Amino acid sequence: MAGRTVIDRIWDAHVVAELGGGRALLHIDRIFLHERMGPALLGGLAAAGRRPAQPGLVFGVMDHTVDTKPTRSESTAGGGTFIETFRQRIAQAGIRAFDLDDPRQGIVHVVSPEQGIALPGCTLVCPDSHTCTLGGIGALAWGIGSTEGEHAVATQTLVRPAPRRMQIRFDGRLGAGVGAKDLVLALIARFGVEGGQGCAIEFTGEAVRALGIESRLTLCNMTVEFGAWTGLVAPDDTTIDWIAGRPFAPEGAVWDRAVAHWRTLVSDDDAVWDETRSIDASTLAPQLTWGTSPEQAVAIDQAVPDPADAPDRQRRAAMERALAYMDLQPGAPLLGTPIEAAFIGSCTNSRLPDLREAAAVLRGRKVAVGLKALVVPGSMQVRAAAEAEGLDRIFTEAGFEWRKSGCSLCFFSGADDFGGARRVISTTNRNFEGRQGPGVRTHLASPATVAASAIAGRIADARVIERI
Amino acid sequence: MEPLLRVEGIAAPLLRPNIDTDIIIPSREITSPERTGFADKLFAPWRYLDGARRENPDFVLNRDPFRRAKILIAGENFGCGSSREMAVWALHQFGIRCVIAPSFGAIFRNNCLRNALLPVELPEADVLALASAAEAAPLHLVVDLQACEIRGFDERPLPFAIDADEREGLLSGLDAIDLTLRHRGAIEAFQARDRQDRPWIWRPR
Ligand code: SF4
Repeated sequence: MAGRTVIDRIWDAHVVAELGGGRALLHIDRIFLHERMGPALLGGLAAAGRRPAQPGLVFGVMDHTVDTKPTRSESTAGGGTFIETFRQRIAQAGIRAFDLDDPRQGIVHVVSPEQGIALPGCTLVCPDSHTCTLGGIGALAWGIGSTEGEHAVATQTLVRPAPRRMQIRFDGRLGAGVGAKDLVLALIARFGVEGGQGCAIEFTGEAVRALGIESRLTLCNMTVEFGAWTGLVAPDDTTIDWIAGRPFAPEGAVWDRAVAHWRTLVSDDDAVWDETRSIDASTLAPQLTWGTSPEQAVAIDQAVPDPADAPDRQRRAAMERALAYMDLQPGAPLLGTPIEAAFIGSCTNSRLPDLREAAAVLRGRKVAVGLKALVVPGSMQVRAAAEAEGLDRIFTEAGFEWRKSGCSLCFFSGADDFGGARRVISTTNRNFEGRQGPGVRTHLASPATVAASAIAGRIADARVIERI
Repeated sequence: MEPLLRVEGIAAPLLRPNIDTDIIIPSREITSPERTGFADKLFAPWRYLDGARRENPDFVLNRDPFRRAKILIAGENFGCGSSREMAVWALHQFGIRCVIAPSFGAIFRNNCLRNALLPVELPEADVLALASAAEAAPLHLVVDLQACEIRGFDERPLPFAIDADEREGLLSGLDAIDLTLRHRGAIEAFQARDRQDRPWIWRPR
């Protein structure tokens, strides 16, 4: 019999019923809700006279639209009704939530692994498209809409078609100053925003195995920008060490049984994949997006691409529109392009190692005059840990605002804005038109690249600036 | 969900690739935690010139006959990005019942199926042909889900494919939760076994 992939193993362990046509009713082990989509979801459920099937497996957190200023208030886009309504409906439904003043509050996909709620081999859903982040600890996790969320909460199951299984190997070792964000941007640039359509991906290879958990979370975070259903890194010693001792993680004899199970979650050498792709990680430079789609990315030392080189008329038109929105000229170097604001945050890059990476560049330096710079830790736990290391001082002395946790400028939720700045560099995951505010031009990059560019006031390569 | 058998009406061309849910319904437009009130907010950044909601005369849905469009013809990867279901609610509340595109963002497509909005995938060449026809003269289409064909474009109907279960779900309008609860016995049996096999899943403190 042909070998099995880690995806098959997790899938099979969750099949409650085969529904025919390649569809299965899957058990959902964990559901996360947030104040942005949670109210409509729980409201719909209550209106239909339904209750959560397993309230103990459902968690809530306030993150999407919350105020991140140090003086944090209850106000949010929509005048606080999201927070207030979510609170009421969570209480009615008997679901536990990490509220604004809870020391465990933070961005949902940062909090769930940090608290040991998301675990290897578990299925986890949340009404946020970046739920695939949790693939970083070996969970099968994906984003859903709120009507599907009602289904998940009411039945603790979801109906899914079996995915195509894709293996993506990153061979070789990453060069200095190149990280998980660069890996995933390079992947999307190479194979396109639909490169992973319908697929569950396992990321493998030497460069992936060498990544810490936080970096694996970054890598898996953007599998949705790759068009995939989800992506994961099979659990290994790094994963198990990272989870041990977390508040909701198992303990004692149950921990031992869990670890024994997690160790079986690997792909066989002769596993059959629907598709396999590989990239030589050792050749990659830091990546930067130049357009309004995550696939419009190049190595930072490259020039702005020319629409004349596009493969067809449609794509040429899309490139021309992106360049017009981004106000860039084909053939111009990206390095040196002046920027007006810098943002470090979001579930892509807001964990402790991300903040360390940026702080290493910023230490003893100042951001360019007039540049607005914001750092929003992914959770209040990350914030506390960073403060314990003195990272907050490095950021504030450099001229960054040091915020409380939330999604903030990952999208233009109303909680924060760039104060009129047009061109920004950001560690987030989407560079869509208007994603970070009306007319805002977003360049996506790693924390190191954002920090280096903030100092220079122009797009800069951290590998070079560090030697100045 | 109301059953959806066919969609009949004006088709509006909006042939850009990668139209994301932030454009369909920008986050700042989502000011209520409820499911209604999104019709005027659909495509706000393209539809309006300013905060005072002055219409952009160049935007397709501000032109006649497209104001009454029931069908949208779009580029590849339509609805990519954020999972916000408000994108589907906004299209639906505006009056759109069918989107025809070469491909869709996966979560958006799932959300369509749960809100009586028909996502039709056609080869890029067919989408281009439909869009140029709709641009040249008012195009009144019948998208027939029972027959899986589009009429009103060519002499011959244009066939489309959709997954059998997804089609059944739209045609019947049956509640997905009710359908799943028919498997209640299997769910309970799974959970009873799982509590033994994977106790760590069942004991979050
Ligand atoms: S940071 Fe952005 S992508 Fe992450 S959960 Fe918040 S809104 Fe979603």
